[in-house]
Amino acid sequence: MKPQDAKVCVIRIEGTNCEDEMANAFSMLGAQAEKVHLKQLTGQAPAALRRSLEDYDILAFPGGFSAGDYVRAGAIFAARIRAAIGGDVKRFVESGKPVIGVCNGFQILVELGLLPAMEQTMTDAPTAALYNNDSGRFECRPTVLRNDNRGKCLFTSEIPSKALLSIPSAHAEGKLLSNDPDFVQKLEDNDQVVFRYVCPDGSDAVYPWNPNGSPSDIAGICNPAGNVLGMMPHPERVMTRFTHADWTRGYSSEIGDGRAIFESAMKYLEKL
Amino acid sequence: MTVIEIRIELKKGVADPEGKNTKKTLEALGFEGLGEVRSVKLFEVETSLPADEAVKAGEEMCRKLLANPVIQNFKVTVR
Repeated sequence: MKPQDAKVCVIRIEGTNCEDEMANAFSMLGAQAEKVHLKQLTGQAPAALRRSLEDYDILAFPGGFSAGDYVRAGAIFAARIRAAIGGDVKRFVESGKPVIGVCNGFQILVELGLLPAMEQTMTDAPTAALYNNDSGRFECRPTVLRNDNRGKCLFTSEIPSKALLSIPSAHAEGKLLSNDPDFVQKLEDNDQVVFRYVCPDGSDAVYPWNPNGSPSDIAGICNPAGNVLGMMPHPERVMTRFTHADWTRGYSSEIGDGRAIFESAMKYLEKL
Repeated sequence: MTVIEIRIELKKGVADPEGKNTKKTLEALGFEGLGEVRSVKLFEVETSLPADEAVKAGEEMCRKLLANPVIQNFKVTVR
């Protein structure tokens, strides 16, 4: 599939506020990105606005907030998706199409049971949680990510192994928790760890370079199949060099560090 | 009308910055001898269901939306 034929569904409800950047990230690579309200997918919209999830090639959950993030961050959006189009989303994931969730999008994927999803595509109840940052407050700051994936995640095919990416974070609930004491080891064994926070020199992150206290400095994970990626930092905010925190201070690349994540998804579609 | 009272608590060991900060502030205001301060969330759901069914419905609400079993416990009562 050529990039211009790729259709991207950037899904939103009330409170979503990073859908423009997310759609723009895919548009910059030539794809047809459309911001789609959940009601357009559930038939609660005028006929001309109705959409069907299966017509899209990529599903993107943008950041921001959703439904006030009441109950828990992402919980209400996840419950509404599960109730209205849960089966469609599950089929979309099982078909192997790329799904990305950033920030609130990651929280939604976890609440929806699409991540970490070690046993099945989509669990009935969440098997992990993105809980309050250790600092107890919203952390909005530059972060550095290391690509720790060994090849499973389709969103990192264009990023060299162990490469460092400068991608900003902005969240209050980003600490990845599970009840399973072997959680991190299992993620490692399945090659589900995608990004880790590190210090700018590449050493193990300490606060604030790990902004939330996530165990093992995990910033992003994928499902066992590798086609669903959830990450707290915002790659869609650094598509060009000009939006990098340090772009006037020795940032040498002509393109932004987030771009490779979206390019990887487009490359994956090209091979189909 | 039956009222389902749903109490959502953090599991033991899950950090509670709201509780911790509240304790610090209460102590700053001069309250002495405080132990742990915990934040809990309470939902009241009115329903036309009879009491026994209302409890079941409340528990189902927790499983489907109100509690994440990784970090939270729930207690459902009706009145």
